[in-house]
Amino acid sequence: MKNILVCLLDWVDARFPLTKLWNEHLAKYYAPKNFNFWYFFGSLALMVLVLQLLTGIWLTMHYKPDAERAFASVEYIMRDVDWGWLIRYLHSTGASAFFVVVYLHMFRGLLYGSFKKPRELIWLFGMLIYMTLMAEAFMGYLLPWGQMSFWGAQVIISLFGALPFGIGEALSLWIRGDYVVSDATLNRFFSLHVIALPLVLVGLVAAHVMALHEVGSNNPDGVEIKKVKADGIPKDGIPFHPYYTVKDIMGVAAFLFFFAFVVFFVPEMGGWFLEHANFVPANPLKTPEHIAPVWYFTPFYAILRAIPDKLTGVAAMGGSIACLFLLPWIDRHPVKSIRFRSPLFFWLITIFTLCFVILGFLGTQPATILYSEMGFRLAELYFAFFLILSIYSNERSPAVYVTWLVVLVGAILAIDFLRFDPAKSALIMGSALLPLTYLAVFLLGPAFTRLNESRPVPERVVWK
Amino acid sequence: MSEKDVDLRRRRFLTSSVSVVGGVGAAFTAVPFVASWQPSERAKAIGAPVEVEFGKLEKGQMLRVKWRGKPVWVLRRGAEALSGLTQLDDLLRDPGSDVAAQQPGYAQNGHRSIRPEILVLVGICTHLGCSPQYIKTTDPHALGDDWPGGFFCPCHGSKFDLAGRVYKSVPAPTNLVVPPHSFLSDTRIVIGVDQGAA
Repeated sequence: MKNILVCLLDWVDARFPLTKLWNEHLAKYYAPKNFNFWYFFGSLALMVLVLQLLTGIWLTMHYKPDAERAFASVEYIMRDVDWGWLIRYLHSTGASAFFVVVYLHMFRGLLYGSFKKPRELIWLFGMLIYMTLMAEAFMGYLLPWGQMSFWGAQVIISLFGALPFGIGEALSLWIRGDYVVSDATLNRFFSLHVIALPLVLVGLVAAHVMALHEVGSNNPDGVEIKKVKADGIPKDGIPFHPYYTVKDIMGVAAFLFFFAFVVFFVPEMGGWFLEHANFVPANPLKTPEHIAPVWYFTPFYAILRAIPDKLTGVAAMGGSIACLFLLPWIDRHPVKSIRFRSPLFFWLITIFTLCFVILGFLGTQPATILYSEMGFRLAELYFAFFLILSIYSNERSPAVYVTWLVVLVGAILAIDFLRFDPAKSALIMGSALLPLTYLAVFLLGPAFTRLNESRPVPERVVWK
Repeated sequence: MSEKDVDLRRRRFLTSSVSVVGGVGAAFTAVPFVASWQPSERAKAIGAPVEVEFGKLEKGQMLRVKWRGKPVWVLRRGAEALSGLTQLDDLLRDPGSDVAAQQPGYAQNGHRSIRPEILVLVGICTHLGCSPQYIKTTDPHALGDDWPGGFFCPCHGSKFDLAGRVYKSVPAPTNLVVPPHSFLSDTRIVIGVDQGAA
């Protein structure tokens, strides 16, 4: 029996690089031996992608992409199709789970400097995956044709309408294929959601992994394991298979435990994964009392909403995503991992993470005066983070830090002067302390204390 | 043929000319694909005018109808609401309705309507396309005690007065759109046909 299998493998290998691929990407792909908790999320993202493809194909068998019948066909799946409820809840929960996993995966990159040279392309492919995923999720959310589907799509497509010189209106008309979000929009979003974007997504994932396996994985210490080799094998490396396949299976098991809990007990997650208003069929005459995108869009949405000007708001939202794309060229500090970077860097990352989460919360809430102002201040901190990262890339003299402080404080005050509203003067002046304190701490800290000194990076990974 | 016999200049010329011609061909091939996303002939044809009977509308009441897939509001304003319009100029971005595209010429006046009391608006926020809510002074709201009545967009907090004029420091850039409309009788209007055109 064994002989037959070996013969078969030889036969295949003479015609297709099966063993070669297996070795290059698994059995002889040497990954750093010190991967920790944060390294589960790449493989988990891949697993969720497969889950979404599988459940998506099955949903397509029962769903009707037609404005008259879409809502009813989703209810049909939920009530009349055998196990239809499970397949749909796996898909809807999978969408949110995908973003949970991807956000944690990106956060890992931020912590350990995994986007830095020579891994810039891995980061860029990753960002493209993230953008495609956002488009995929947005178009998928239109398909049930509920109130949130309709008005969410109306708002997001109108974002393009902010472009000047008449391009915007023409573009949003072209995307909708009608003067309002309608059957034409639903039909094309269905096509993009089930065919075009999944193909792009799979291609980008392949590019992401190929780029990763070309340069090798980063690790929590941010040291290059390829620098110290014995017999051509990195001394701090272990073969991905079986070591990390086994570790990742453990991660999958733990993930599925939480995932199944949500699917079976709280599939709507109290309105966070499936919004309540989406259980009402789309009504083009009435916007729901309170509309908000699903949670994974809300940090950017809060930035959009914080700025009381249409074009600037849309530009700020685009800019907040563009900053992430440019991260490898913004943070050029030679030390990769947070483990060896300065205490100020630690607080920079911590505050940025808090900012992102609070912006995400604000994006789900109604636009009250207080929340809008908070959104504005946090948006300022969001952008300040990237500027400070860029300033921290090199050692600088105290004069440089102080100059930056003067310039940025001047900019904050100038913006406040322009948007000043006597009705909100106390709020504006009070909340200005937030960006001003932030800038003072992070720009005066490195100038006059030793809080921005990195620690020496070891030659090899630290093994505790 | 050995490498040194190759005429590199000629090869480069051929490569670039084939790329340019091929590129032009690809661009033309893209035309039908891109153009197929434009509104279809059917979508363009469904834009018929809508007649609205508003005789039963009391002062302060509003009707919602659908025209070209969009909500259109017909609001009957009382004398108090109309006199209030003149006191808001400092708070508004475009009190004189100077942005011509937002209303037909016959509605480019202080009350933005043909007959002062009857206001007709497309109920779509000029920010990102939500449908604002009609909030009277007597409705429960969180817009402050001095709210004179008007429209509030729940999506991003834009505010409009009882003539659909946008307030300052809100995200919406321009006033709400007044659609083409005309009176058929004292209690009947048609939306989609300009006054004087029929």
